[in-house]
Amino acid sequence: MGVTETEFTQALLAPDLPVPEGLCDAAGHPAGRRFAVYRNNVAVSLTRALHEGFPVIARLLGPDNMDGLAGLFLRAHPPRSPVLMLYGATFPAFLEGLEQLAHLGYLGDVARLELALRQSYHAADAEPVDAAALAALPPDRLAASRLTLAPAVRLVRSPWPIHDIWRFNTEADAPQPRATAQDVLVVRPEYDPRPVLLPAGGAVFLAALRDGVPLAEADAAARRAAEAFALAPLLAELLSGGAITGIAPASSEGEG
Amino acid sequence: MSHAAKTLTIASALATALTLTAQTEAQAQSKEKCYGVALAGQNDCAAGPGTTCAGTSTMDYQGNSWKLVDAGTCMDMKLPAMMDGTPRMGSLEPLDRDRPA
Repeated sequence: MGVTETEFTQALLAPDLPVPEGLCDAAGHPAGRRFAVYRNNVAVSLTRALHEGFPVIARLLGPDNMDGLAGLFLRAHPPRSPVLMLYGATFPAFLEGLEQLAHLGYLGDVARLELALRQSYHAADAEPVDAAALAALPPDRLAASRLTLAPAVRLVRSPWPIHDIWRFNTEADAPQPRATAQDVLVVRPEYDPRPVLLPAGGAVFLAALRDGVPLAEADAAARRAAEAFALAPLLAELLSGGAITGIAPASSEGEG
Repeated sequence: MSHAAKTLTIASALATALTLTAQTEAQAQSKEKCYGVALAGQNDCAAGPGTTCAGTSTMDYQGNSWKLVDAGTCMDMKLPAMMDGTPRMGSLEPLDRDRPA
């Protein structure tokens, strides 16, 4: 064979390079034109994947800019996995590194939210706990319990109003984004990911839960971060979102 | 807060949460359409715009000539300026940045 895999890959992503020597089709004819078709399809399919994976970013920038951006990204960050649904994990950081977009500081976090929604969609299934099982616990055991969160749960924290921006660009009558920092929880009830705007302290609470902190201590940590933090509405979101998949008893009563 | 008061707070929060959940479940029979972004099968070269098999890679999606010139929604989206001294998070950057025309 006259072409190495490295040469093939390089030529695939660099349209200025000539078609690698030595490629032939099944009949033994030079396959230059076929290579060009393949090269185009690789770029186009990855570009489309980015459009579909980051629709709000595409909308914010406009389709032409998104095409150009995708072309830069797919050459700088070719897929590391053959699974297309995972493509684009480094796109948020890539956006933040572009000088041309430095004036739009929120793009990276909006892209993180879109990525979180996609990852949530593809995350493993897990059976949520019955809320009655939680309610059946005596108060002191409930307070000392550690809650397990579903694999589909995601948390995106941002100094930008990412939830408002996301809504403004996905819902018909969404209000103008407010100038405020927003943390977003992603839950997936019935297989549809849903972004939930978190109250102040909510992200601290969820991070604590994820670290295995007992319920009452996680609540206390959230109150230290935000005095007005209210546990009930967030618990309701978690329960209705199918986000709680396990209740571990207090460590004094068994394995933590 | 005492230990006993704390545990009761958690229990009553759960009770409230269950009430809230029951309400939303009663209302929410019409679920929002899924925002699902499954990216399966996008490399089918016959499917939809932009995937023409006849093209060559030196056409559209090159990237090396990219410049951010025209404005999308983003450039028009008005984020009201953050009030000085009232950022909710310390890391908040000022929002009163330039927007391209």
